[in-house]
Amino acid sequence: MTISRRTLLSAAAASSALPLVRARAQGAPTIKIGVLNDQSGPYTNTGGVTSVICTKQAVEEFGNKGFNVEVISADHQNKPDLAVSIVRQWFDRDGVDMLLDVPTSSVALAVQGVVKEKNKVYLNVGAASAALTGEQCSPNFIHWCYDTYMLAKSTGGAMVKAGGTSWYFLTADYAFGKQLQSDTTALVNAAGGKVMGSSAYPFPGTTDFSSFLVQAQSSGAKVLGLCNAGGDTVNSIKQANEFGLNKSMKLAAMLMFITDVHALGLDVAQGLNLTESFYWNLNDRTRAFTNRVKPKTPNNWPNMIHAGCYSATLHYLKTCADMGAAEAKKDGVATVNRMKKMPVDDDCFGKTTIREDGRNLVPAYLFQVKTPAESKGPWDYYKTVVETPGNEAFRPLADGHCYFIKA
Amino acid sequence: MFMIFGIPGPLLFGQLLLGLINGAFYAMLSLGLAVIFGMLNIINFAHGALFMMGAFVSWMLLTYVGIGYFPSLILAPLIVGIFGLLLEKTIISRLYKLDHLYGLLLTFGLALVIEGLFRNAYGSSGMPYRIPSVLQGATNLGFMYMPNYRGWVVLVAVVVCLATWAIIEKTSLGATLRAATENAPLVQAFGVDVPRLITLTYAGGVALAAFAGVLAAPIYSVNPNMGTNFINTVFAVVVIGGMGSIMGSIVTGFALGVIEGLTKVFYPQASATVVFLVMVIVLLTRPRGLFGKAA
Amino acid sequence: MFGFSRAQSIAFLAMVALIVICPYVLYPVFLMRILCMALFACAFNLMIGYVGLLSFGHAAFFGMGSYIAAWTMKNWQVDAVVAIALGGLTGAALGLVLGYLAIRRSGIYFAMITLALAQMVYFFCLQAPFTGGEDGIQQVPRGTLFGVFDLSNDMTMYWVVAIIFILGFLMVHRIIHSPFGQVLKGIRENEPRAISLGYRTDDYKLIAFVLSCLIAGVAGGTKALVFGIATLTDVHYATSGEVVLMTLLGGLGTVFGPIMGATVVVSMENYLAQFGAWVTVTQGVIFMICVLAFRRGIIGEIGGYLRLAL
Repeated sequence: MTISRRTLLSAAAASSALPLVRARAQGAPTIKIGVLNDQSGPYTNTGGVTSVICTKQAVEEFGNKGFNVEVISADHQNKPDLAVSIVRQWFDRDGVDMLLDVPTSSVALAVQGVVKEKNKVYLNVGAASAALTGEQCSPNFIHWCYDTYMLAKSTGGAMVKAGGTSWYFLTADYAFGKQLQSDTTALVNAAGGKVMGSSAYPFPGTTDFSSFLVQAQSSGAKVLGLCNAGGDTVNSIKQANEFGLNKSMKLAAMLMFITDVHALGLDVAQGLNLTESFYWNLNDRTRAFTNRVKPKTPNNWPNMIHAGCYSATLHYLKTCADMGAAEAKKDGVATVNRMKKMPVDDDCFGKTTIREDGRNLVPAYLFQVKTPAESKGPWDYYKTVVETPGNEAFRPLADGHCYFIKA
Repeated sequence: MFMIFGIPGPLLFGQLLLGLINGAFYAMLSLGLAVIFGMLNIINFAHGALFMMGAFVSWMLLTYVGIGYFPSLILAPLIVGIFGLLLEKTIISRLYKLDHLYGLLLTFGLALVIEGLFRNAYGSSGMPYRIPSVLQGATNLGFMYMPNYRGWVVLVAVVVCLATWAIIEKTSLGATLRAATENAPLVQAFGVDVPRLITLTYAGGVALAAFAGVLAAPIYSVNPNMGTNFINTVFAVVVIGGMGSIMGSIVTGFALGVIEGLTKVFYPQASATVVFLVMVIVLLTRPRGLFGKAA
Repeated sequence: MFGFSRAQSIAFLAMVALIVICPYVLYPVFLMRILCMALFACAFNLMIGYVGLLSFGHAAFFGMGSYIAAWTMKNWQVDAVVAIALGGLTGAALGLVLGYLAIRRSGIYFAMITLALAQMVYFFCLQAPFTGGEDGIQQVPRGTLFGVFDLSNDMTMYWVVAIIFILGFLMVHRIIHSPFGQVLKGIRENEPRAISLGYRTDDYKLIAFVLSCLIAGVAGGTKALVFGIATLTDVHYATSGEVVLMTLLGGLGTVFGPIMGATVVVSMENYLAQFGAWVTVTQGVIFMICVLAFRRGIIGEIGGYLRLAL
């Protein structure tokens, strides 16, 4: 075997140190944060342990403001029933006050009801579905950092403007992929473009995309929109290059993280357009944040989900300090309402706001992946093409049909 | 442009060819499984994990030692083969007298461990691996733009499959092997070291999986989960072809690749399920598979 | 009455006592998950342990039961017992169709054909509109039992699940020890002889299969109500694999084995979750140790040590 004993030992040591981080104050109330995400499956790198590390970073920087903070975490293994079981146990037995991250839309939706029933706080960062602040919205819920609508608008809108008027979609055949495709289709049509066709492939379990790529090529469309995520996106881009699609069509990765770009390598990924709301090398504040976190996670630099976990935790703790930790523990809806009123400010996203339906309005950046020659150092991958301000990047409040928003 | 079932002819030809290429991977993987099942009576669920190891070892050879693609084609299967040899000696050899179920469960556990360790060490996003410069680029076939590397994969796969078939069915070594599976004590009495033969067969089957892994590395991302996506289809191939039948798994591998390719044109959502539909039909009509011998 | 031996009666009473005491010590929702999976494992054990057929597609019946119970509960607001019963009947009906196709094969081919058929059920659930695709059926109310007991209370729900579990467990046991069960064992030991004695063995196997699917459907339906969701995870082949693991770990063909196996596996999933990436590695290692060292399973080994059939 080629895994050295040292990596095994250090990994074991890291995992045994996982359960808690404490900022101690005797006799004071304790705020407990539960990070629930995928730590052993396909989304390990986009969220996973790095999300937990960034959450703890926020706790550490927040310091002690008269109450204790504890962070616990669990792997939901992408199973909704396991997630519900863990979350119920966290609320009922372990006294968790705030639930964080929760990628994969089926899991994110499954726990929405539990949080509302128990009146706790639910800050979702990892899931993409815009329905979480629309038809499936909840007064206990805030959605951080990105959603399908924002991705569609930023990447889709910019591509049409740049002349990409006809589209072909390669779509993972499940809720997330389909929603991303319909959101993008709406924006492409609105911007005067048209959709020439699409292929929905079985998810999970597809590794070869060549058949769909050839169909896309013969459709005559100018843009290939990839409505998928993680390993599927990486594979479809790799194979698009192989079949020369990058020469005849423009590729738009509708959801892609810097961790995926790293997996592809710049020689394949160069020239791609994608949207994130955070990039470590964006400005002085993001660089400062990355320098603080990097030593703790040297092989997986923070992407927008990791940054989102940091930002959400920091804002939540500030709110707890503002309204009193004991009050915050009692009433989830009141805490979320207070969070919506307070301005958000942190190193990752700068100054942002939270809308009444629970949408955190961060700016969306359309990036282009650098060529190997342009890249100056490790993880130096993006150049900014367009910035969409937060109040324009997301779906207008009235279009979401969230039940507690009065029209 | 002429049409077939409402699909332009050239597009359909392209899809057939692409199906054949995928079939090459199915054939190579199911070949290794069939060899192991035929000779050792073990259903090797760890095959996908070993395929993944092949890809990872070639990536490691490149990244840590600087050894490129072509030497890796020999070295990676050798290294993973040795790993397989150790596995057989220490663990798998204890199961030969037991029901199939135990072999399947043990190797399933083994697959979880191997994949889990790689995921812990390298994450799940995958590692980049380039197509070797000689095989980069593509050829215009008139009806399709064909990447050279895919052509190479089919070529190599056909050669490897036929060579394996020839070794087992046409050489004296193969004859000894087949005899050993029929009646081990008798072959042992002729002075053949049967346990060693079996160990080497397992290592050989594993090396075939690793070889397919190296071939796959430049096309798919080198990723701890890459084997799991293949393993179900490959099992279906082995069952449809007739468990333990070498020629059966080769022919079925390529054929299923084509069927899957066509499904991707007409009803893409079902392309992962069509394999199982074929499997049900075959098992209902020919219980021992297309090429299987009667029990 | 149920054909328990003396030792089994004691073990059964101990189990019932544990079921009564545990919710006051451990978290009831977690215990309900164990009970649902244990019932599912008992259903599976009926096939592998007493008919000798390994079904690698049992998730299809479990999952369909869960979908139907969740759907009827959410859309028709039926009584909880009706929803669960419908789940069970759906499992049985599906079992009749798939079993009719599969039962003529044996050994590894039976395992493979059930796997393939279950994959098609999975595909159906993925595409059919009523299942909600990847999101599943969400926020299903627990409703009331007989219109009287409000099940949204965890403890009330727990007692209902406990009673369903014990009834299901006794039913499996009753089947095994009936004349019908004796014929099944006869078929397992020597099928040609059973045929020569005039038994229509295929009919016997099919009936056993349908009964097993019925109980699997009930387990699935109950689980859907407990968690308020029915998703693709329940019909996925990984769930089929999990139930094999539970039964093997506890002891194939033992009475209490599947329950022990389910307890261990569900606890592992639950308590290992905080160790993140090490879940799969640990599960794999336990699998391997179990096959290499405790082939009779936990209960099988204990029973062997005490010289008792548990």
